[in-house]
Amino acid sequence: MSIMEYNGGSVIAMVGKDCVAIASDLRLGNQALGISSNFQKIFPVTDRIYLGLPGLATDVTTLRERFRFRVNMYTIKEGREIEPETFAHLVSSTLYERRFGPYFIEPVMAGLAKSATGGFKPFIAATDLIGCLNFAKDFVVAGTASSKLYGVAEGLWEPDLEPEQLFETISQTMLNAVDRDAYSGWGVIVHVIEKDKVTTRTLKGRMD
Amino acid sequence: METSFAITGKDYVIVASDTTAARSIVKMKEDEDKIKAVSPHLLMAYSGEPGDTIQFSEYIERNLRLFHIRNNYSLTPSAAASWIRRSLAQSLRSRKPYSVNLMLGGYDTTSDTPHLFWIDYLGTLAEVPFGAHGYGSYFALSLLDRYHNPEASLEEGLEILKRCIDEVAKRLVVTPGKYKVKVVDKDGSREIEL
Repeated sequence: MSIMEYNGGSVIAMVGKDCVAIASDLRLGNQALGISSNFQKIFPVTDRIYLGLPGLATDVTTLRERFRFRVNMYTIKEGREIEPETFAHLVSSTLYERRFGPYFIEPVMAGLAKSATGGFKPFIAATDLIGCLNFAKDFVVAGTASSKLYGVAEGLWEPDLEPEQLFETISQTMLNAVDRDAYSGWGVIVHVIEKDKVTTRTLKGRMD
Repeated sequence: METSFAITGKDYVIVASDTTAARSIVKMKEDEDKIKAVSPHLLMAYSGEPGDTIQFSEYIERNLRLFHIRNNYSLTPSAAASWIRRSLAQSLRSRKPYSVNLMLGGYDTTSDTPHLFWIDYLGTLAEVPFGAHGYGSYFALSLLDRYHNPEASLEEGLEILKRCIDEVAKRLVVTPGKYKVKVVDKDGSREIEL
């Protein structure tokens, strides 16, 4: 029994054309026993950054609270909102602080970064449980269904997807990967982040 | 074995827990009350390591009381749940963690809504329409998936609870004998005879 698989759950983030998407399942379990079908693992950090926290459920809540605190402190001290790249390093250092007694979470983040020209650049990243950053150009996955998510995403994702196509791609990836994993599923939530809006949709999934 | 259930219905939460105090294979007591009214509109069913349960539940009760005395109002169920969760999560990474599982049922008088929280010793917090702890949960949860109705009256809610208790009595090898049932609604909490 691995502690990373104790509660189950998975998250994926994908890059599109001037947009990013992040999705997770909604299951909370105790090993094979399902407890809740509405357990949120993705949280907004700013209007343009979303953070997914798959792993041990107690640490999902603890880290959510910790990041809310640290981002608030950053916003007050700097007098501006945090940028995705900076936030990724904040996540990394928060986790590495607990190098020899880690939080059992593998964070996934998605956001739009301000570019020098005033536009927005899609940004996704993931880390392992001790904060080793992985910046990807296409997609990042984490959680109990991560191996399945890699396979499906590898087959479905393509560059420069429009927001609606990206939603379709990430939703199909999530729904199909999660059906092959006993510890993930029980519904899916998808956020598509564009420069002027965030669209959140809850998907019905298999309840077995 | 220790078992506790909780069900939300229309404007109330039912919390039920078995009443056995066991040590190893021996039943020491059959009328132990394992549901505490931690504040006027909040019920907490606790199970786990015998010493820890009482120590922790009294710690919670007194801190919530202290908050009430200092501020002249009680924490809402969700605020109380967050604080209790944090206490458990901090304890988990200490030298001697509390090993206590909780079902926290409350009635939010500010928004007139019933709330139920499932909390385990790790500090996992989930708001649920119904929940259970212990071996009984394997039987009760599937029953509640089928029969739970968020709009049910108190009588209907108690009927559903009885089905859970009967199923556990029928299928679980080591069945708890008696249950204590408490309800919390807009008038506060009270005990109910099944």
